[in-house]
Amino acid sequence: MKQKERCKIIRQERIGTDIYSLWLQTGAIAQAAQPGQFVMLYGTDRSRLLPRPISICQTDGAALRLVYRVAGEGTREFSYLELGHELEVLGPLGNGFPIQEAKGKQVLLLGGGIGIPPMLETAAALGNQATAVLGYRNELFLKEEFEAFCPVSVATEDGSSGVKGNVLDAVREGNLSADMLFACGPLPMLRAVKAYAQEMQIPCWISMEERMACGIGACLGCVCDSTQEDAHLHVHRKRVCKDGPVFLSTEVKL
Amino acid sequence: MISDICMGVELAGVTFKNPVMVASGTFGSGEEYGEYVDLNRLGAVVTKGVANVPWSGNPTPRIAETCGGMLNAIGLQNPGVEVLCQRDLPFLKQYDTRVIVNVCGRTKEDYCQVVERLAGEAVDMLEINVSCPNVKEGGIAFGQDARALEEITRAVKKYAAQPIILKLSPNVANIGEMARAAEAGGADAISLINTLTGMKIDIHKRAFALANKTGGLSGPAVKPVAVRMVYEASHACTLPVIGMGGIQNAEDAIEFLLAGASAVSVGTANFHNPCVTEEIIKGIEDYLKQYEIQDIQSLIGAVES
Repeated sequence: MKQKERCKIIRQERIGTDIYSLWLQTGAIAQAAQPGQFVMLYGTDRSRLLPRPISICQTDGAALRLVYRVAGEGTREFSYLELGHELEVLGPLGNGFPIQEAKGKQVLLLGGGIGIPPMLETAAALGNQATAVLGYRNELFLKEEFEAFCPVSVATEDGSSGVKGNVLDAVREGNLSADMLFACGPLPMLRAVKAYAQEMQIPCWISMEERMACGIGACLGCVCDSTQEDAHLHVHRKRVCKDGPVFLSTEVKL
Repeated sequence: MISDICMGVELAGVTFKNPVMVASGTFGSGEEYGEYVDLNRLGAVVTKGVANVPWSGNPTPRIAETCGGMLNAIGLQNPGVEVLCQRDLPFLKQYDTRVIVNVCGRTKEDYCQVVERLAGEAVDMLEINVSCPNVKEGGIAFGQDARALEEITRAVKKYAAQPIILKLSPNVANIGEMARAAEAGGADAISLINTLTGMKIDIHKRAFALANKTGGLSGPAVKPVAVRMVYEASHACTLPVIGMGGIQNAEDAIEFLLAGASAVSVGTANFHNPCVTEEIIKGIEDYLKQYEIQDIQSLIGAVES
């Protein structure tokens, strides 16, 4: 039977305003993890019942790296935890990006804001097949780490680094082309990326975010709208936690 | 130290290996949790509410966390009874556990149609959901008026091949009256509580946390209300009661048994720990051993007044 794993914190640091990088000691989860999957992280304050879904940023065999943003009290609690403290983790969960399908193809990795972290493991898996385009408000994080794996373009909303604008502005300005798009970021960005992919007729995979309770497909809390009737649910919805979080952009309505 | 304790309970002529079930809607069809829980260990699997046709449910956000609990407004999304019969029931049949199907509908006819469809299926009991606070038609409309409750119970009972459990809403002034109405209509058992209608507002966005505005509150925050209502309902009628509402561990489950429940359902706690049901069963066994109680049935309603 699968179960939650208790994982020791081996490193935690603040890498941006409200952005934290957390390394957890876990052989099983790290080895099973695929780029684009996520884990459920359980807090210790029993007044907060629900685990937080956090995307997997990096693995190194015996450890798992999660880069998350403090968005409320639950994630704030994680940010206070010190070395040696143990956290309960369930995962890896969800489907991840289609790395096999990308074999021999050039892939643009489009990450916006806190959608950037899952793209790092994806960049590591694709290596020189990938070009990363990272969109920030103004403050950069993880950029140098992407550069270890693939070429990187940057866009910032205020123009303080790279291209002024969003990830698609950087794609256009850099004349970046690819056979496939992998994207993760805020909903307006995903909408724009989906439209761009349609215009360019490139297959596009997007990673969605939604509030979750169970994380394993049972509660139907985290559904998104789908263009076709889902084969399992028999309605025009898909479960972000179980059928996703990564979907072909044409499968989902944004 | 006693060696052989008896965990078995009986409701309306159906025997259960232990009193621990899962609450409808928190456990899918059982299949989703099959990787985390040995379903053979459970007293029963209670499936997510199913209607005569597929329902799409409510828009997202559907869930919001609150202090010691959560709000949900899924809106009874389900694939329809035909899919349940062809996919989910055959899956559950592989396991040595009881199967209770939760039935929802918009009209009396919807409920009757589902119940009739399930007549020849491998289902041990039917739980009639007249208490969902998140759908506009049906659901709670039947569960907040004693006369409507009695009427739908009587209508459904006519078509039911299996014993029926009426799942009651806590959003009523007098739970005892509702328990008696279910009994008068011919129910074989009652289960309670469904969720309490609640609301959360995001002060930064100045917007409702849920797309549906209101949702059902569950989790440990509701447990004292649930224990009180189980106590009152079990004293108001002669029907066996399945108690639920915020059960997180064996101690909580035992509290419900002492209050008068013959069995318990675990819901929201599955989200905090997908393996929690097995831990609760083990914890109840340990309690029986600790207090040298041979038969769990001697705990039912055993709170001293």
